[in-house]
Amino acid sequence: MSIDHDNYSDDYIRQILSEVKTVAVVGASANNVRPSYFVVKYLLSKGFDVIPVNPGHAGREIAGVMTAADLQSIERPIDMVDIFRNSQAAAGVVDEALRLDPLPKVIWMQLSVRNEEAAAKAEAAGVKVVMNRCPKIEYARLCGEIGWAGVRSGVISSKKPSMQSGFQRFGIVVRKD
Amino acid sequence: MSDKQPGFSTLAVHAGAQPDPATGARVTPIYQTTSFVFEDVDQAASLFGLQAFGNIYTRITNPTTAVLEAKVAALEGGTAALATASGHAAQLGVFHCLLQPGDEFIASNKLYGGSINQFNHSFKSFGWNVKWADSDDLSTFEAAVTPKTKAIFIESLANPGGVVVDIAAVAEVARAAGVPLIVDNTLATPYLCKPFEHGADIVVHSLTKFMGGHGNSMGGIIVDGGRFDWSASDKYPLLSQPRPEYQGMVLAETFGDFAFAIAARVLGLRDLGAAISPFNAFQILTGIETLPLRMEKHNANAQAVAKHLQAHPKVAWVRYAGLEGDDSHALQVKYMPKGAGAVFTFGVKGGYEAGVKLVGAVDLFSHLANIGDTRSLIIHPASTTHRQLSDEQKTAAGAGPDVVRLSIGIEDVEDIIADLDQALAAI
Repeated sequence: MSIDHDNYSDDYIRQILSEVKTVAVVGASANNVRPSYFVVKYLLSKGFDVIPVNPGHAGREIAGVMTAADLQSIERPIDMVDIFRNSQAAAGVVDEALRLDPLPKVIWMQLSVRNEEAAAKAEAAGVKVVMNRCPKIEYARLCGEIGWAGVRSGVISSKKPSMQSGFQRFGIVVRKD
Repeated sequence: MSDKQPGFSTLAVHAGAQPDPATGARVTPIYQTTSFVFEDVDQAASLFGLQAFGNIYTRITNPTTAVLEAKVAALEGGTAALATASGHAAQLGVFHCLLQPGDEFIASNKLYGGSINQFNHSFKSFGWNVKWADSDDLSTFEAAVTPKTKAIFIESLANPGGVVVDIAAVAEVARAAGVPLIVDNTLATPYLCKPFEHGADIVVHSLTKFMGGHGNSMGGIIVDGGRFDWSASDKYPLLSQPRPEYQGMVLAETFGDFAFAIAARVLGLRDLGAAISPFNAFQILTGIETLPLRMEKHNANAQAVAKHLQAHPKVAWVRYAGLEGDDSHALQVKYMPKGAGAVFTFGVKGGYEAGVKLVGAVDLFSHLANIGDTRSLIIHPASTTHRQLSDEQKTAAGAGPDVVRLSIGIEDVEDIIADLDQALAAI
């Protein structure tokens, strides 16, 4: 089934965020007011194994995690590559991701990042693609946390949100039906 | 549910309101607390730095209020919303995010009298300068645009005149000027009119009126349409520039299509302080669940009362957009095809004195300053809500000396008409 990149279903995003465990964030920043910093921090708080990737910051920590210089130098399989680069530069990151062995399951491009050609190449290799979205916003939307900021989640459900350990933390539930 | 967007009535009941995460309570509980404990210092830092979603202090967010916000955002078709203590507080929050001292905004002269006062006096003392335009002559909006213009403000269905504004045409003026169109949708409610579908960028409400609907709680709300590009110019530094309050964060970049709602919360409400109480949010939430049912009844009753008054010998004229031949009828059919709402005006023969007598002679109608209650309400604007305006402003705002404003309730329409008949007979 081909994916409509203008209009992802909640199920598609929910499935991705509940399946991936290891996430490489390409373009992660050490500046703690940048979205590319706090996506790393938020995903860590949700239990993801996050590896910041930034050649200028390699060997130093971002949000308490060691930064890799590039995808190739990460020594464990990567489930998802999250790209904080502009749309043009995303093509090179996708090429690099598609040279990984094993291949990532998902390539995710951040809000405002879209590269149709690179997406088609990744999908042809069997890799799921998300473009022009933020995994932090999507996770918070689907688990219900984003509602605390008065943001419309689009989720209509009579099921109770799933609480995680700690305070004010929700998780994503994939229903078995 | 599936990804298909549910209908309006389903959203009115369910949007934003899953069972309570802690207890499973099906109805949204009233979180009557000022504050929320932190898990640890790191989580507190994340919350204060806007890096994580969560509640700190009820002046900024509250879980009961948040359900109200998400629900109204869904009903309006916006991306996010911010509830406030009143409709006036919502307007203050919006303009605080858009204007610097010395800036201008354009407003329709057909507005609620309280808004005219707020814009003419309080806002001017902040250095925010209103330029009035006439919604009957759209060229006056275009003519009022200057390099200092930061926004255009209209009511979709103007109070008290019942005038329907050509939203899409004013939106075009705003688009050409590169400024957002703000629409006060209080009288229409999203059940009758969806301003975002006609080019609005921000919607505000007094929730005190039809949204809450029972005349028991004050509240207001700002809804973010999510489409305005705040970074396209340097006009809106609160959104497009690094904010010193948040260590240099750029809100438009960080929060994308709900950045305005976040700015209104973390730069507006946080500092201006006009937060809604969780109890009021709960009351209004309960009211909104029946909004579609109430609006149908309000509309049907108002239509019948307007027709009756039109034929009444003591009535000089009736201004209701739902009446064929009314100046606003064509625009009502275009923008609010389900009905013209329940607030309208008529002229009583005998002018100011007759208006004052009439409000004293009614028995079922309540003589008070609110609108949008289950109860039918009456007021003589010239002697009350609009008395601070000049005669010229009164007439321009549809509040001349003979004008009586009705807000038709959801009682039996025969009883509403009978009360008006006996009161008109008594003057």
